[in-house]
Amino acid sequence: MSFSFADVDSVRKGLSDVQYLADEGIAGVVYLAERLQKPVLVEGPAGTGKTQLAKSVAEATGARLIRLQCYEGLDESKALYEWNYKKQLLRIQAERQGENPEGDGMWQQIEDDLFSEEFLLTRPLLEAIRAAEPVVLLIDEVDRVEIETEALLLEILSDYQVSIPELGTVAASQIPLVFLTSNNTRELSEALKRRCLFLHIDYPDLDREKEIVLAKVPGVGESLADQVARIVRSVRQIELKKAPSVSETLDWARTLVLLGVEHIDADTAAETVNILLKYRSDIEKALKEFASSDEEFAVPAAAS
Amino acid sequence: MKVEPATSPLLALLAGFISELRAAGLPVSLTENLDAMEAIQHIPIEDRDAFKYALAATLVKNHAHWRAFETVFEVYFSLRGAEYDLVDGEWPEGMDLSDFVDGMDGRQRSQGGGGGEAMSAEQLADMLFQALMRGDDALMRAIARQAVQRYAGMEPGRPVGGTYYLYRTLRNLDLDGVLERLMGQARQDAPEQLTPLEERLERDEFEARIDQLRKEVEAEIRRRLVADRGVEAMAKTLRKPLPEDVDFMHASREEMMALRRAIYPLTRKLAVRLARKRRHGRKGPLDFRSTMRHSLSYGGVPAEPKFRYPRPAKPEIMVVADVSGSVAAFARFTLHLVYAISNQFSKVRSFVFIDGLDEVTSFFEGVDDIGEAVHRVNAEADVVWVDGHSDYGHAFEVFWERYGRDVGPKTTVMVLGDARNNYHASQAWILKEVEHRARKVFWLNPEPGAYWDTGDSIVSEYGVHCDGVFEVRNLRQLEGFVENLV
Repeated sequence: MSFSFADVDSVRKGLSDVQYLADEGIAGVVYLAERLQKPVLVEGPAGTGKTQLAKSVAEATGARLIRLQCYEGLDESKALYEWNYKKQLLRIQAERQGENPEGDGMWQQIEDDLFSEEFLLTRPLLEAIRAAEPVVLLIDEVDRVEIETEALLLEILSDYQVSIPELGTVAASQIPLVFLTSNNTRELSEALKRRCLFLHIDYPDLDREKEIVLAKVPGVGESLADQVARIVRSVRQIELKKAPSVSETLDWARTLVLLGVEHIDADTAAETVNILLKYRSDIEKALKEFASSDEEFAVPAAAS
Repeated sequence: MKVEPATSPLLALLAGFISELRAAGLPVSLTENLDAMEAIQHIPIEDRDAFKYALAATLVKNHAHWRAFETVFEVYFSLRGAEYDLVDGEWPEGMDLSDFVDGMDGRQRSQGGGGGEAMSAEQLADMLFQALMRGDDALMRAIARQAVQRYAGMEPGRPVGGTYYLYRTLRNLDLDGVLERLMGQARQDAPEQLTPLEERLERDEFEARIDQLRKEVEAEIRRRLVADRGVEAMAKTLRKPLPEDVDFMHASREEMMALRRAIYPLTRKLAVRLARKRRHGRKGPLDFRSTMRHSLSYGGVPAEPKFRYPRPAKPEIMVVADVSGSVAAFARFTLHLVYAISNQFSKVRSFVFIDGLDEVTSFFEGVDDIGEAVHRVNAEADVVWVDGHSDYGHAFEVFWERYGRDVGPKTTVMVLGDARNNYHASQAWILKEVEHRARKVFWLNPEPGAYWDTGDSIVSEYGVHCDGVFEVRNLRQLEGFVENLV
């Protein structure tokens, strides 16, 4: 078995080549996932690059990305496989119109035919299992499915196989790298968690965020990126309804570049803060917070 | 990279580590244990961070448990890794300090072990200032060591907790004063007057650095304590309850913050559970008329029974919360809970009382900022009748008088309080009346069950008129209550 990554550092390098800046934890877990052949459950606030991680790993390893978007009401026929009912009907009809539809043996043959691979529609999970080339399987927002539906995933996550009653068990020809993402809107079942490696992606620290801005926003200057990252860090310290995510940081940086801003002052920040924060109350709070620091510290300023 | 298979001492260490995690309350299963053993064969222990994350990925499946994990990890593995070796009084090799402190060149290292002592307190403070100014991590770590050695006054075998040493060290470093000096320096260095925004950013930056220094100091103290007392004993003293086990009444500020964050998922869970019940629930009772109508197409045989659609339950919730001093910490938490609930259910009315009672529903309506709502409740709600000591009897009287007729068969009443009535009249008959009218009456008590009915607590006098009295001292119990409720 050959691995795409030789060690933790090469994971980080591989990911940064495709513009994903992984920290120590992320790189370590991705490396382990490949070595231990275990799925990774990625959790964290919205917009911190959970989905992007799977995409970037696929890109870095040159694997095909197969994505299963979860939603309430997802079932077997959407996630695993489905029999192509229409085609099966056609097959039966074609047989009827043939010369002599006689004998049980004939029917037996039709029946065997009907449940062959020809009539099987593969859905993302089965497709990931059957793929001959390397695959990254992304099961997005797994917390959205009901707790009962989670059980669908268990077989594939632990044994990398799918059991189809009519066909038997389909085992993986290669072990796909599996990422599950969750926004933690509900507690996932123990059974699912036990089968996965757990990775919590939080907001990046100052340096990493700055690097992300530099890597992802064309035309951004070093000092602007630094300022953006520092302001965002300060904003996150305020107790807000929704703290700015990395993607919002990037949007903000892009806007500033488009506006030709090189140095962020209070006015620019106030005018563009609506890109960073999405709630009226949050915006007001942030503006108040930044404006008020003046009076509060006016005394030591005069003293020094 | 070729990694050597883990040697048995490492496995033994891991076994101890995992049993300590379990003792701290983390649910580590056997599979996870095996995964961890396999994982550490792929990651060399010398790469401490990667090693830590590898263990965390296999053992910790809930982010709220991360802190507990980290503490245990630091204790078990803090003496490993070259840069974490205990160095007494010596500066790390190759660190050139001469540009920080005048007149110290060469003397420092040649003196070896006594180097730290030779430096005066002012010099150390000055170096601290410089290190923070530049954000120099290596220097900060070295200073943390120096400071601990100099100020903490650690003596082997002394049965004092780490917090005591931490306090002594930090008091001597005077970090608040340093912060002001740093800010002053930043203002001076700036070409022009700092705008409020810049000021704020500088401050946040310095605060982050100081915070890091504090962590270094903490880690250093822990390392020394571990070296002194041994791993197991240390792990035991550092054991702290997991977030879901933190007692509401004794939660620290930091723990309270974590609790607050945890409430939202909980109420969402409650709401989702209720909604799901509606959707997937059993069908309603047989609809006779409709069944007869459909039987016509089968020649009068009722072959296809029809059912009524279940009527969606729209629960009305009335929360009556004690906000007196004796349950102050719980009350604050309660208000957050009320706020979270009122966001999830359409009809929530909330009341607070001490010895008087007031409705505070409007304070929570359409408010984005919970802090403000709580503040308004504290400032504006008219909850004091005579002396501001809780009087459940009178509060219930007021409730019954003013709002009693709003209690209907759909209403669930939740009373939150410790039922310490200061020997006033209980007026338990009111609760009985309420129970008759309401769908359910629940009492949540933040006191440990063993204290119930001691002193002036009259829980059971009220309890007989409730559908359930629950001890709710921590998130785990609250979650249990929520799950039972639905």
